[in-house]
Amino acid sequence: MGKLNQQWIYAWLLLLPAMVILLGFTYLPAIETFIDSFFSTARGRRPSVFVGWENYERLISDDVFKRVLWNNAIYALVTIPASIGLALAMALFVHSPRRGVGLLRMAYFTPTVLPLIAVANIWIFFYLPTIGLIDQIRALFGFSAQNWIGQPDTVLYTMIAVAVWKEAGFFMIFYLAALQAIPQPLREAAAIEGASRWTFFKRVTLPLIMPTTLFVSVNAVINAFRLVDHIFVMTQGGPNNASNLLLYYIYDVAFAFWDTAYASTLTVVMLIILSVLAIGQFFFLDKKVHYK
Amino acid sequence: MSTLAAKHTKSFDDYLFSFGAWALAIMWALPLLYAIWTAFHPAAYETRFELFAPLTLENFYKAWMQAPFARYYLNTIMLVTSILVVQLILGTLAAFAFARLEFKGKNFVFTLVLLQLMVMPDILIVENYQTMRKLGLIDTILAIGLPYMASGFCIFLLRQTFMTIPTELDEAARMEGASIFVLLKRVYVPLAKPTYLAFGLVSVSAHWNNFVWPLIITNSVETRPLTVGLSIFATTDSGTEWSIINAATLITSGPLLIGFILFQRQFVQSFMRAGIK
Repeated sequence: MGKLNQQWIYAWLLLLPAMVILLGFTYLPAIETFIDSFFSTARGRRPSVFVGWENYERLISDDVFKRVLWNNAIYALVTIPASIGLALAMALFVHSPRRGVGLLRMAYFTPTVLPLIAVANIWIFFYLPTIGLIDQIRALFGFSAQNWIGQPDTVLYTMIAVAVWKEAGFFMIFYLAALQAIPQPLREAAAIEGASRWTFFKRVTLPLIMPTTLFVSVNAVINAFRLVDHIFVMTQGGPNNASNLLLYYIYDVAFAFWDTAYASTLTVVMLIILSVLAIGQFFFLDKKVHYK
Repeated sequence: MSTLAAKHTKSFDDYLFSFGAWALAIMWALPLLYAIWTAFHPAAYETRFELFAPLTLENFYKAWMQAPFARYYLNTIMLVTSILVVQLILGTLAAFAFARLEFKGKNFVFTLVLLQLMVMPDILIVENYQTMRKLGLIDTILAIGLPYMASGFCIFLLRQTFMTIPTELDEAARMEGASIFVLLKRVYVPLAKPTYLAFGLVSVSAHWNNFVWPLIITNSVETRPLTVGLSIFATTDSGTEWSIINAATLITSGPLLIGFILFQRQFVQSFMRAGIK
């Protein structure tokens, strides 16, 4: 280890391998994405040339892009609060010892370990018109059959349900860890004071788990843009782009139409949205986070 | 009188609590239960739920025969282990530097590392594909794993854990003239075991289940992981029966599921001890 003034050499040697990979596959690609968005896609003998804001002008007049952005906004606005809320409820359900806690925890958590691409096949069955599970249950109450995945006005919500189902159990683990860390004397004091379960939750639990909420919400925001696997199997973005999301559209433009320049432009939009949300979240929630 | 009333409301509260817990659990378990039902029964019972329907393993046999799942398994296992091993080694080295060494620009570099929690390789598919083409790595297992081999999340978790280790412990080792690697091996790694376990499980399940990037970067049986293999199996043959598709679904997720059920308790506990909160 040696003297203090030599530490930086060791530090950089230790950091080097990780930084090379981070640089090569995260930082540099992010920067190159910005650069590529100002060039055209090379096709055949036509090389890539500087086109200024052309790709961005196309973006503004692209109706599919507008639809995709709107869809993703709804997707994020529903999945983020729903998965966080359900995760917290799940954590509260399995936190205190009761009969069948192990079973409950297993039920909540299993979707996390199942591949989204695989469970998408099962969800297709649930949503099938008439013979699907949802319609079979609805039929018991006299409701008519619906083509949940085939209709533009319901398809996005079927995707949302799958995403919430998939991620809530994962977030539960973090809340569970946070709940276990709440000091026992606080509970005893509250019990002596005669505080109700709700009061304790609002006054003690909620403020104490705020750092977890920050961490979980950052993850939920990323997932709102990243979780698109089920779209590949269930809808391919259809019908008529009604379930198309930003990352799926990027994939489509880049690897079905091989228009990499426009795909880079779309990625820039994604990067900007994520950074704005990250900064916003940090400032909004940071004020409410009570660190030690 | 008042205690009686309190007791009464509490039991109603508890009843509501249990009802919510179990209703949610049933909703969450239903897709898997349904997959298990169809996979173990003949196709005729796909939508008929009779208690004494005949059981069969035929769907598994058919699925296994119709696609090279054995090869896909091998690919996924090679992928997942290579990613995890490199992530843990690089993560340990970097985390030690952040936790215990002083150097200029430490905060800036650490912020950069945290940035990867938000800007993930998952999103940078267009550029990373071009990088892999330049490196001549298209359609290799290495190309699927390489972008993920330095994990910002891993570095962050290990740094948090290393910082809680008392400095007296490593000072004693340093007095004896131990090198950084000996110090890591004798003090830091053993004490951070729960964190390694927790991160390991998250990493394995994330990369076992990853789909979009492997789909883009692979195009042959020799490199495709299970998820991509399954998606091809389930879509190219639109005539395939549900029961066979669901059997294939269980084949791809089985080991992870069984592993989780066996280690459920350790998994949750290691998360709590890892101090992820």
